[in-house]
Amino acid sequence: MVSKKFSMLAAGVAVLALGLSACSSDDGDTKTDAGSSSTGDTGGSSGDTIKVGFSQVGAESGWRAANTKSIQDTLTKENGFDLSFSDAQQKQENQIQAIRSYIAQGVDYIAFSPVVETGWDAVLQEAKSANIPVILTDRAVDTQDKTLYKTFIGSDFVEEGKRVGEWVSNNLGTEPINVVELQGTTGSAPAIDRKQGFLDATKDNTNIKIIASQTGDFTRDGGKKVMEGFLQSNPDIDVVYAHNDDMALGAIEAIEAAGKTPGKDIKIVSIDGVKDGMTALSEGKINYIVECNPLLGPDLAKIIQTLHDGGTVEPRIVTQDGAFDQEQAKAALPDRQY
Amino acid sequence: MTGLAQLTRHRLFWPIVALFVLLLASTLKHHTFIEVTIRDGHLYGGPIDILRRSSILLLVALGMTLVIATRGIDLSVGAVMAIAGAVTLSQIADSPDPGSLTTVALAMATGLAVCLVIGVFNGFLVAVLGIQPIIATLVLMTAGRGIAMLITGGQITTVTSAPYKALASGFWLGLPIAALIAGFFFAVVAVVTRRTALGVLIESVGINPVASRLAGVRARTIIWTVYVLCALFACIAGFLQSSNIMAADSNNAGLFIELDAILAVVIGGTSLAGGKFSLTGTLVGVLVITTLTLSITVIGIPVNAVSLFKALVVIVVCLLQSPVVQHKLRARRRKAAPVPVEVPA
Repeated sequence: MVSKKFSMLAAGVAVLALGLSACSSDDGDTKTDAGSSSTGDTGGSSGDTIKVGFSQVGAESGWRAANTKSIQDTLTKENGFDLSFSDAQQKQENQIQAIRSYIAQGVDYIAFSPVVETGWDAVLQEAKSANIPVILTDRAVDTQDKTLYKTFIGSDFVEEGKRVGEWVSNNLGTEPINVVELQGTTGSAPAIDRKQGFLDATKDNTNIKIIASQTGDFTRDGGKKVMEGFLQSNPDIDVVYAHNDDMALGAIEAIEAAGKTPGKDIKIVSIDGVKDGMTALSEGKINYIVECNPLLGPDLAKIIQTLHDGGTVEPRIVTQDGAFDQEQAKAALPDRQY
Repeated sequence: MTGLAQLTRHRLFWPIVALFVLLLASTLKHHTFIEVTIRDGHLYGGPIDILRRSSILLLVALGMTLVIATRGIDLSVGAVMAIAGAVTLSQIADSPDPGSLTTVALAMATGLAVCLVIGVFNGFLVAVLGIQPIIATLVLMTAGRGIAMLITGGQITTVTSAPYKALASGFWLGLPIAALIAGFFFAVVAVVTRRTALGVLIESVGINPVASRLAGVRARTIIWTVYVLCALFACIAGFLQSSNIMAADSNNAGLFIELDAILAVVIGGTSLAGGKFSLTGTLVGVLVITTLTLSITVIGIPVNAVSLFKALVVIVVCLLQSPVVQHKLRARRRKAAPVPVEVPA
């Protein structure tokens, strides 16, 4: 179970990274945040380093590892940051402890990916009292008081599903097609949102018919198992929509075992953009992937710099993800970091 | 009448009925489900998928049956599967020639060796140190997945290797190799336990370890052996599982399979209190569980109702098997029938 959550997270985080740069330009938010703790410098202070405390969820997945690396590689001394990094090993109390110690150290900014959504009000209030701006990455917190954090940068799962749906509608939906859906873990936010986004984007196209939908739990084995069942019961599947790459990779195995060619006889579209998924895409076994990018470091740096220079940022920044078809995947694959 | 009554009384009657109902429901929903055709030179169809899918759970449940017969339990099988996949695929991935048969054989030998150590460790905790089996194997159930994660460096290790892929996806004489492997080990265990005294010895240890020791049965050796066998079978199941997706997914490989295996053993009529065990029963239990999983997709149970559907099937089968319920049913039937029939027990 843990792993499933991970992959969801990973997906979410990935999305964040890409999109930020586009979104993080200042909006006309009113209050110019004078309170940012690092006093001294007025305005564009690039002279001294900015102290940042970052509390990571853990090191549960390849996606998360890429996320950590991106943050550590971006918030460097050379770039003008002094980063304190801690790994909470999936425990909220560790994160709360880390945040308290950052407050005690008097860092300029605190950033973290909350392990869970609730229970943060007290410690965030402490940070606020200490005048330390907090930035959420990848996951949100559930609180009434929106002033407890400056911004939340994270992916929009509905948007991801929508983009996949639009691509299917425009490229494959020109003739009647039967679509099967491999859902993520039942009840998880990415599963619900990616399903919804896809439905929203395809509901007006009468050519697209979703004939079956079942959960593959975000895993390869789950994806393969469900796809085998689909193949047994539905002779005319044209397109597979998988909520993540791992399930798409499982579906490829099932389709090949049934004597069909994935990517040709049965088209596959998916979300995530992990390395194995991109490789399959470049080999023509998957047809389209909307990315969920973990490389959040540059966007986080940009936000901190903006705040530090006295600017403001939107309270919710949706990272914009890349999307790849087979040719683009071939071009992008050599440079992929995760 | 007597024949029918005897039939419904058989402990495997209701599980087999459940199996047929699931197959029937799937076939009614999609008529092609039950068809077996020849595709690419091998058999293809719903029943073949069930056989292939069953192989992993059958191997795990086979070991579990023996362990449970000695009054034990092995919760670590899922983690052992993850370790087996991690060790083997890491070695194949690091080798210069992943596609060669030698590489694959050597890597699988390493995997088996590691699992042998695990089995010896579990058996040592239970048979020598006398730790309760559920606790002893809980150690590796929780720690084992961490070990697998360490081996793969927290990533999903993917390999391309034709010989390894054949394990789960290949066919021999038109039949899935995975099913042949599981069937082979099933037959070996059946012959060894039923044609030699080993089966009786295992049962006697399960019924009363002290008495059997006093009677001259080497209880400690037998208990140790079943845990080693259980780990080795889980290891082979781990090979099949990782070969199935050609990746070592340490987080998810064999996740919760210990529960499915225990369920299969119990549906098959082996008591968790140890003693008498039924390998045929375990086989039926495995087929019911695998068919249940596949039929959910085929019938098209809505995602949110999947768990409920599974639970209902399992509860109904277990209830119908319960001696109390069976007795009540029989009493009612007798009342309805004017001439009561004496059925020999």
